[in-house]
This record gives sequence, structure tokens and C-alpha cells, in this order.
Amino acid sequence: MDVKTGFFYLFSVVLLFAAFRVITARNPVHAVLFLMLSFSQASAIWLLLKAEFLAITLVLVYLGAVMVLFLFVVMMLDVKIDALRQGFWKHFPLAALLGAIVVFEMAAVLMSGFRLSEPARVVQVAGQAAMEVSNSKELGKLLYTQYVYPIQAAAVILLVAMIAAIALTLRSRKDTKTIDPSEQVRVRASQRLEIVKLNPTRPAPAAEAAPEENK
Amino acid sequence: MTLTLGHYLTLGAMLFALAVVGIFLNRKNLIVLLMAIELMLLAVNMNFVAFSHYLGDMHGQVFVFFILTVAAAESAIGLAILVLLFRNKSSINVDELNELKG
Repeated sequence: MDVKTGFFYLFSVVLLFAAFRVITARNPVHAVLFLMLSFSQASAIWLLLKAEFLAITLVLVYLGAVMVLFLFVVMMLDVKIDALRQGFWKHFPLAALLGAIVVFEMAAVLMSGFRLSEPARVVQVAGQAAMEVSNSKELGKLLYTQYVYPIQAAAVILLVAMIAAIALTLRSRKDTKTIDPSEQVRVRASQRLEIVKLNPTRPAPAAEAAPEENK
Repeated sequence: MTLTLGHYLTLGAMLFALAVVGIFLNRKNLIVLLMAIELMLLAVNMNFVAFSHYLGDMHGQVFVFFILTVAAAESAIGLAILVLLFRNKSSINVDELNELKG
């Protein structure tokens, strides 16, 4: 067993433990923290697979942005956990059994069916000039030539997501005194100014007041 | 014992099964549901990267890149909807989301 295999098992064990704690943690904040741990372990495993660019992207995008977003939301919401965990342990044995069946069946098939070991081509390249092959460079070449339209679509998806997230959560105060320019432009004179007909002079009330004083 | 493709695929399968169990157990907690979906996507990405490495084909990693993009968008919108939901109902219990009777 070489060093790489040892590291693979170490990262896998920590990854699976963290994933297990994500789904069983009582406190959602702990669940998010364990999710961060599992993503970091996954990124380490991707480094073993020589996918450096994706490993670093996973750390930057997931640990840096998405998980912090999760953490913000979880800490902002005052969630009552007890109601949400009703019947959790009642269903746990069945869920664990189903999960174990899935894992054992898939492991039986996958471990015997995919006996591919380290690719010969990469080994050959490693013997000659492994230092010149850069994962990021190869990925970049592919992304900006063959996949240039999909990457534009991905950019649009991110833009749509950003606008949607802002539009969903944006809320203006109800007591604010902001003005609406379009409404101001559309206003008519009749809405602002009302002309009231008034008589130029009024009859003096002397005729009524005089008899009362004389009494 | 050297590492084969089967090792990585089995790891992905275990991660996916854990995520499915998580969805099954935490049906009522919307936050943990979103986290379990993230774990599922991670398992899929693991398979893509493993195949890409062992078959010597970079296209698998390009797909992981796009999956990461879509997953980031999905979690951003999901969390925005979650915040909106909590603001309106003061609860994120999935059982209480029964007003949309179609």
C-alpha cells in the first residue's frame, strides 16, 4: 500500500464521517460546518486524481461562497429544531438499512466491474515530461475553444441566479417616503389643483344678529 | 493493493447513498434537504472526476465545472426562497407548505 492509497482511505473516511454528521447533526450550524469539512476532503481526493483546477475551484466556490451563504442563512433563521426532527429516529433503522443495501450492491458491482488502474497514458507522460502538462491549462483550452458557447450559457445562468436571488429577497420599507418618478411625470394638473367656485362677496349676517341684541 | 477506478466510484456511491438517506430522514427540514442535494452533486462530481482521470479524458472535468456552476445557482436561489418562506411563515417545516392547492 503506497502513500497515495493511504491518503485516499484517510480522506474517504473523513469525508464519509462528515457526510454522516451532516445528515444527523441536531444543530443546523454544525451540519453546515460538517458539510464544509466534507467538501474540503472531496477537494483533497480530487487533488489525488490530478484535477487541481477543480479542487481549487471547489474550495474557492464552495467553501468560500456557497457554504458561507448557507451559514449566513442558517444563523439568520431562528429555527425550532424539535418540530423538524419529529420521527427522525423512528425512521432511522429503515433508512440505514436501505442505504446499506444500496452501498453494498453498488460496491459489489463497481469494485468488480471497474478494475481500471492508473491510466497507462498518464504514466507514460509522467515518465517523459509530466511537469509540462498543466491541468488548468488543458481545462482552459477546452473551455474556451470547444465549450465556448456552453460557458456563455453558464455565465447567463449565474446572472439569472443573481438577479433572481436579489429580486426574491429585496424588500423595501413600508414607511419610506421615496418618490416614484414615472408617477410624477404622468400626473395631471387636475390631480394636484382643484378650482373652487367662490362668490366674490358674502351677504353680511347683520340681519340676523341685530334682533337678538335688541332683546 | 493499488487504487482502481472502482474505489472512487464506490466512494461516490457511498456518498450518494448517505445523501439519499439524509433526504429520507430530514424530510421536514428544508435546510438539511438543500445540504443533502449538495452532497449528491458532490458524489456525481466525484464520479466525473474519477472517470476523467482514469480514462484520460478532460471532457469529464469540463462537465464538473458546469455542474458546479449550476449547483451554485441552485443553492443561491434555494436559499433565497428559504429566507422568503421563513419571513412569511416563520417556519421552514415542509409539512406546513400546503397552501398551494392546485
